[in-house]
Amino acid sequence: MTKQLVDTSKIPGWGTDADPKNNPTYPIRHIEDQKDRGLTWTRPSQQIPQVEVLRSIEHNRLPAVIGTSTPPSGLSGAIRRYAFRRSESDWWHWLLLMGADRINVVEGVVEDLTRGKLPNIPGEMGARSEWQHNKKGFVLKAGATLAVGIALVAAFRRGGSRQEATPVPAVASPTDPDSVPHIPY
Amino acid sequence: MLAMNYRGPYRVRADEKPMPQILHPEDAIVRVTRSCICGSDLHLYHGMVPDTRVGMTFGHEFCGIVEQVGPEVRNLKPGDHVLVPFNIACGKCHFCQQGLYGNCHESNAQATAVGGIFGYSHTAGGYDGGQAQYVRVPYADVGPMVIPDWMDPDDAVLLTDVVPTGYQAAEMGGIQPGDTVVVFGAGPVGLMAARSAWLFGAGRVIVIDHLDYRLEFARVFAPAEVYNFREIDDVVVFLKKQTDSLGADVCIDAVGGDAAGNALQYVFGTKLKLEAGSAIALHWAINSVKKGGIVSIVGVYGPTGNMIPIGNVVNKGITVRANQASVKRLLPRLVEHIRAGHLNPKAMITHRVPLTDIADAYHIFSAKLDGCIKPVLLPNGQ
Repeated sequence: MTKQLVDTSKIPGWGTDADPKNNPTYPIRHIEDQKDRGLTWTRPSQQIPQVEVLRSIEHNRLPAVIGTSTPPSGLSGAIRRYAFRRSESDWWHWLLLMGADRINVVEGVVEDLTRGKLPNIPGEMGARSEWQHNKKGFVLKAGATLAVGIALVAAFRRGGSRQEATPVPAVASPTDPDSVPHIPY
Repeated sequence: MLAMNYRGPYRVRADEKPMPQILHPEDAIVRVTRSCICGSDLHLYHGMVPDTRVGMTFGHEFCGIVEQVGPEVRNLKPGDHVLVPFNIACGKCHFCQQGLYGNCHESNAQATAVGGIFGYSHTAGGYDGGQAQYVRVPYADVGPMVIPDWMDPDDAVLLTDVVPTGYQAAEMGGIQPGDTVVVFGAGPVGLMAARSAWLFGAGRVIVIDHLDYRLEFARVFAPAEVYNFREIDDVVVFLKKQTDSLGADVCIDAVGGDAAGNALQYVFGTKLKLEAGSAIALHWAINSVKKGGIVSIVGVYGPTGNMIPIGNVVNKGITVRANQASVKRLLPRLVEHIRAGHLNPKAMITHRVPLTDIADAYHIFSAKLDGCIKPVLLPNGQ
């Protein structure tokens, strides 16, 4: 039972307008059946975590049953652990988790490669069904992807060849005595 | 075993994964016979739900054969063909005791705002889901129901989420005989909400979407008046004109965070993720309902925030009701409706796909290709 700080019997008129029918939550919430309030139920037995399970700080204890899919790992896991120091009400909690999700995608590709598996990204994105049911869309998307790819490669090569052709001179530091031009008297 | 494997936004594949194990005395292991892709799975697929980890298996709409049970399971035995509600619910906590099985307090370590849901990110508990050959089912005595002999498994699998969610959307609308009900979204949940609105005595049901093939399906299946918002200047003005300028008695948001129809909401919510999804359907629902009316929300949004006209909620005296469907509470009534022929959910199934083709199934459903309404995966073959 939640702690009661005020003795309601001493409040004039307490409960005189209470009406069980004035309950817009019915039948979603059977409040009339509710005898006890608060953390009073007989709990199911506790599942012992065998992997790392992050817990919302709004829980005062671990729920009896927990999911064990994909425990936190790597950089994304570190960000998730940090995010779980903040409450569900804190925007940063969710933004950090979204950021971790994006980093996790890169980790997933690296994980595939380290296992010797080259991910078939077009296949994972359903390219076959796009070709079957939306050939125009397939051609447009493939063309756009190819154009972006070519542009990126070209930009990379141009940057590389520019560096080779005109090496940038080291910037002289004014505190470096060797860099100060010698002025003959 | 073969299971769906999430690799990042718009990327999924089928991979070999370890068999699930009994981790709690009330667990069961179920061999999946049918597993749907839900419209809300697309929010995960689009990368909109925080803490969706690479390597997870989605799937919260499934049925299957019980293979193994934990020592405290009394009501199920190996060989039972069960439908498994998407809510993971203990049946004992403060919320389950009130029938709020979608809000169980003993099944989600990562968040208190929602109970555990199979295969729905770590924000919903971090459970691998049923888009796999086998799945771990916690609290096996509470949620799962043995499928009656007379029931088609195609109907059974749709009773795990889409049917009760659509039905509860209508129920939360508090529909009175003769009411005008507007349903935003002609996806499977919207279709079931529109169909269910008649069961509560609606006098008029209007469905709004932008995909003609879905609207045509709604016109026949619900049956409902249907309108394509792309062909209307202003949806709210149009609906006011349809309702003596007063607005609808009840508006139902059956879309959630993936809504089309407003460039600002689309960019902020869907692309930049600066709000918890595009809330244009909810915006329209609030502005289209009459003063003193009811807005019922079953569309799924993320946990952050959305741009909606909350001032109009106050000024119009609107009652907003929302929740994840309480499947266990609704199942007995919905089984009666199917037996009586009032509901025929399996008519929504348009695609049957082996688990190996899961990437194509997701893409077809997400991109609305090939007239897709509801895809069903067959992880263990026919």
